Amino acid sequence: MPLKSIRQALNEALAQEMRRDPRVVVIGEDVAGGAGSQGQRDAYGGVLGVTKGLFGEFGESRVIDTPITESAIMGAAAGAAVTGLRPVAELMFCDFLGVCFDQILNQAAKFRYMFGGKAKTPLVIRTMIGAGRSAAAQHSQSLYHIFTSVPGLKCVVPSNAYDAKGLLIEAIRDDDPVIFCEHKLMYDLRAEVPDEPYTIPFGEANIVRDGDDVTVIALARMVRYADEAIDALAKEGIECELIDPRTTSPLDEDTILESVERTGRLVVVDEATPRCSMAADIAALVADKAFASLKAPVKRVTAPHTPVPFAPSLEKLYIPSPERIADAVREVHRYGR
Amino acid sequence: MTSEITAITMPKWGLTMTEGTVVGWLKQEGQSVAAGEELLEIETTKITNVMEAPASGILRRIVAAPGATLPVGGLLALAAPESVSEGELDTFISAFAVPEPTAETTADAEAAKPRELDAAGLRLRYLALGEGDSVPALLLHGFGADLNTWMFTQPALAEGRQVIALDLPGHGGSTKQIDHADPASLADTIGHALDALGIKRTHLIGHSMGGGIAISFALRQPERVATLSLIASASLGAEINGAFIEGFVRAARRREATEVLNLLVHDPGLVSRTMVEDVLRYKRLDGVPAVLARIAEAWFPTGGQRIVLRDAVASLKSPVQIIWGREDRIIPVAHAEELAAGIPVHIFEQTGHLPHMEKSGEVNRLINRLIQNQA
Repeated sequence: MPLKSIRQALNEALAQEMRRDPRVVVIGEDVAGGAGSQGQRDAYGGVLGVTKGLFGEFGESRVIDTPITESAIMGAAAGAAVTGLRPVAELMFCDFLGVCFDQILNQAAKFRYMFGGKAKTPLVIRTMIGAGRSAAAQHSQSLYHIFTSVPGLKCVVPSNAYDAKGLLIEAIRDDDPVIFCEHKLMYDLRAEVPDEPYTIPFGEANIVRDGDDVTVIALARMVRYADEAIDALAKEGIECELIDPRTTSPLDEDTILESVERTGRLVVVDEATPRCSMAADIAALVADKAFASLKAPVKRVTAPHTPVPFAPSLEKLYIPSPERIADAVREVHRYGR
Repeated sequence: MTSEITAITMPKWGLTMTEGTVVGWLKQEGQSVAAGEELLEIETTKITNVMEAPASGILRRIVAAPGATLPVGGLLALAAPESVSEGELDTFISAFAVPEPTAETTADAEAAKPRELDAAGLRLRYLALGEGDSVPALLLHGFGADLNTWMFTQPALAEGRQVIALDLPGHGGSTKQIDHADPASLADTIGHALDALGIKRTHLIGHSMGGGIAISFALRQPERVATLSLIASASLGAEINGAFIEGFVRAARRREATEVLNLLVHDPGLVSRTMVEDVLRYKRLDGVPAVLARIAEAWFPTGGQRIVLRDAVASLKSPVQIIWGREDRIIPVAHAEELAAGIPVHIFEQTGHLPHMEKSGEVNRLINRLIQNQA
């Protein structure tokens, strides 16, 4: 099976869905790729090349370049969704959420409820998350926990190219607004991806590896870091089960609880800040529903409660590392023995 | 003296296996072992299987203890006569290296990749192993499976002959767009596939629905079938586990898929998470649930089998054998027992619907014997 990067997988998902369904449109800043510059309208395809080639194939009525105004992009996309289109809107960095949150939080997320189920909002918002490029405090956050906390939104956080394609197609076919979070350091990560379109259901975690000693839950880039840590731990005789929830809303509680009921020990790894985060949410879930199974306190490995630093040396310390994950697992594994 | 030492190494089962883990040894150091005797259990990411002794001899040294993970070709154990000293065994072990890929093994690996053929307009994926002048063999998998179901079978049959494993229409890497799903149409597609491969006559091995297709093909083009081995075959009786068929078509999540796949085997430990994930990855592809529902409707409507060819099987001129698991929960073993009067029937105890995986060594021997008797 062909190896494809996350960038290619996302591009393929968009192109295949646009071919299948004429209602699917793409809207955002530079999604056509530098409109107006030297006549090269399809030069780049978004800041990271995900929408490359779509303008050439589908034209300007379906690949809509916008001014730099997130509130207009999200407002237009939410409205278009209610009228029957299936827009895929791009919020270049999730950090820009602030200027368009009304359109997402109070409009798109609420339409179906406010109109008694008579309105559907089949909207996808693709957005970039993550630190690690020295992009500083305003372009490096991982804010999926904010979207997750809003009833009416679904939230997807893929960690590999296979999942990225299947989850994006599922998001486009879903009748509710879906926030699709792409980690900016993972676009070149490759995996086996079928050429055919396929969907992965929301709310079904991926069990990345099996183990009976400690459950480790991680999202996005942290899945790879946790995997690296678990490789090192295996040499010490500690076998971890690694779970990637894939979607934070809905969250696959059953897979998490079943694993913790077996291992009794849990480490949650989250690149986001620790307060009111996915790490906190999952820790609370387990404390609430699997308390009797726990043999050790739940350990969270997260960023500190600070803005993301610009200095590369500080940013490196900020992001959870495989070493920190391994230390947390050792501590949890040791507890009470 | 090292020529008397036989290295027993990690086998390669299936397309994707790169390493295996020793679950446990079924023989102890110092025991003599006959070729084909069960030697140890090996777990891969996909499945746990018993490895049989490749040759007769004394198991002198177990190198890989339970729990050890080795690459394909890695040293598991040594067999040698008693005359070989312990020192010679030590020397052999320290000198042993997993063979580096050579031009020849690279060419083999290239040949062992699946390819595609055009069966009168249908794009089908197939894997060809082995070569030789003997009549080739063709393996037909069951409903919802693909050519990987033959991971233990195909290499064992590929001595001196070409063995083809096909992905049926709607399955595996083959086209998901089909106009007809009935047994006669699928049997005709097998004929077209053989034409595309330039094969005039073949030994046919079919499992479950693949067995049903094999029977239909043998009735339509009897001159092309040298022997027929039917494993837990469809079309031999009216009953089938309708809940399995329905559940398999419906299952979209790991939990449902695991429950359904566990019905296939006697020992649920055989079904690994990766095996479940592979099935889910296939089932998630656009068009697959629809094509499976169509095939199910054509073959197994309302919990039974539409086509029963039991009497016609007895009239076939080619040698036929029937292989079944006593604990089959998909198609009842009674279908085999009712045929026992005229046709050789082999029933394995403590075996479910996948005898070719659950009892691979013995099933391989049965198929090889029928083929060789005919040659």
